Amino acid sequence: MSYSASTIFKRPESLSTNITHYCPGCTHGIIHRLVAEALDELGLKDRAVGVAPVGCSVLIYNYFNVDFLEAPHGRAPALATGFKRVRPDMIVFTYQGDGDLASIGMGEIVHAANRGEKFTTIFVNNAIYGMTGGQMAPTTMPMQKTTTSPAGRDVNQAGYPIRMSELLSTLRTPSFIARGAVHTPMHVINTKKLIKKAFRLQKEEKCFSLVEVLSTCPTNWGIDPCKSTEWLAGNMVPYYPLGVYKDPEKEERHD
Amino acid sequence: MAKKLMKGNEAIGEAAIAAGAINYFAYPITPQSEVAEYLCWRLPEVGGVFVQAESEVAVGNMLFGAAASGKRVFTTSSSPGISLMQEAISYMAGAHLPVVLVNIMRGGPGLGGILPAQSDYFQATKGGGHGDYHVIVLAPSSVQEAVDLTILAFDLADKYRTPVMIIGDGMIGQMMESVEFPEKYREQNVPDKIDWALTGAKGRKARITKSLFLDPEKLEINSFELAKRYEIIKKAEVRFELYKVSPKNKILITAYGTMARICQTAIDELDGEGISVGLFRPISLFPYPEKEIYKEAAKTNIKAVLDIEMSTGQMIEDVERCLKGIKPIEFYGRTGGIVPTPNEVKDKVREILKGEKPAPKKTRKKK
Repeated sequence: MSYSASTIFKRPESLSTNITHYCPGCTHGIIHRLVAEALDELGLKDRAVGVAPVGCSVLIYNYFNVDFLEAPHGRAPALATGFKRVRPDMIVFTYQGDGDLASIGMGEIVHAANRGEKFTTIFVNNAIYGMTGGQMAPTTMPMQKTTTSPAGRDVNQAGYPIRMSELLSTLRTPSFIARGAVHTPMHVINTKKLIKKAFRLQKEEKCFSLVEVLSTCPTNWGIDPCKSTEWLAGNMVPYYPLGVYKDPEKEERHD
Repeated sequence: MAKKLMKGNEAIGEAAIAAGAINYFAYPITPQSEVAEYLCWRLPEVGGVFVQAESEVAVGNMLFGAAASGKRVFTTSSSPGISLMQEAISYMAGAHLPVVLVNIMRGGPGLGGILPAQSDYFQATKGGGHGDYHVIVLAPSSVQEAVDLTILAFDLADKYRTPVMIIGDGMIGQMMESVEFPEKYREQNVPDKIDWALTGAKGRKARITKSLFLDPEKLEINSFELAKRYEIIKKAEVRFELYKVSPKNKILITAYGTMARICQTAIDELDGEGISVGLFRPISLFPYPEKEIYKEAAKTNIKAVLDIEMSTGQMIEDVERCLKGIKPIEFYGRTGGIVPTPNEVKDKVREILKGEKPAPKKTRKKK
């Protein structure tokens, strides 16, 4: 029996060789890789421009071999709008956390989606502010303890967590809105499909696309990485159901 | 090209197109909404981009994104809207991006009013956002000058990779005057020829447009680099105009924009009465004509400098700074949308020359 060596798994071209600064057990690394794989497989790397958020992933540009812009907190969809409008031939994506997108950047994401801007947003939801040290986010779960809700999120004061995918899918303008997660290999594979479809729709100049990815933050949740995946499955997934919320390739009812 | 009769706001929009700037992002606000109303149909004619944003916060950040493409981009707004753009202006200054912003000033603070004012001088010239930075500030005093300075603003923005702001007041925006545009309109910038523009990392290292430097030494380098550029700008880009400056002047008026125009009328009328007054009109407010104003004010015939503004006194701080106490400085200002008349300017000049205050109005004594 003879063997010929062939590469069946390698670092995506779109990813740089820099080692990330993310905490052990953080899922940003997985999500970065999924974005990079999608860009590679669709042949988009050379005309991609990313927009970095404010938060843990502000340094995302250190880990990609694509051009990047760094936005003020929450404004990535406005930057992406500006860039994409003057360079519609480029592939533009924002990568934003839940504090960035669902709190300070709520206005920008809603209006970009509503205008049907033809860029892609990767929305990483880990139910907490990471970089600033674990404060309550608009997506923090009821009774979840954070440094600004030490007794747990009080829904009478802070309201309930905002479900961004559901909220954005109420907009009449056609778009692709989906929610995945990365706490098990199966979920990683499914999320990859969603991200790839989001970029494909942009490549085809179809619509705005957003993939929300439920993610872990062991450091600020204060639980180890393995238990974090269980916490995500047990607490976040029931409140943030996974699936496709809006799809331009499927008929919608507008009555 | 033949002269056209045009409103200031519309002329500014056309001037940008003449400069090859066909990417415009805006949000409606009085007294400059005519720019957007003009460009929403005019830009599609020339293959440009017109986006009405959801807020001025978004406008600033759309400009930020669009400017990173290397193409010429701009917005127009008025005072409260410009306040909302300060976030993006600071980031664009930090990230070395060229952009042009036009502020057709109205009265403030707060919602203020919608009539002409010059009360955003501090905000424009001293850095309205956070951090160690400046923007180049140009102040037109006629519709023609608004056109010329708009075109110049894009050249300066590209040359120094910095935001440039034009501050006109509501009068400049609303007034109709005859204007002339360049015979030949400029082509749009080609991003591939710009070595910092984001064009896709094809066959080269990825480019990053950013203002974050977590290493203090790197942030200091960035700030020093900006400071060095401002020093070059201070040497090369000072602009001002003198009006009826002569050895006969006893008073030198300092005023900019619409206010300078009104002062010219007052100076002409005073001339007829045998009172000789000169005008020093800064056109670039940053860089401020520091040496030039000193030189004019230092002349022995000048007894006093009179600063006149449509504010409670903002540019006067630069006048005081530059004159270093060599001459007495008087001030006259109206604000809130009230524009001083030539008569008010003349009264103030006469008051200074008499060295006394006008007699107080007679009031009936209570019995």
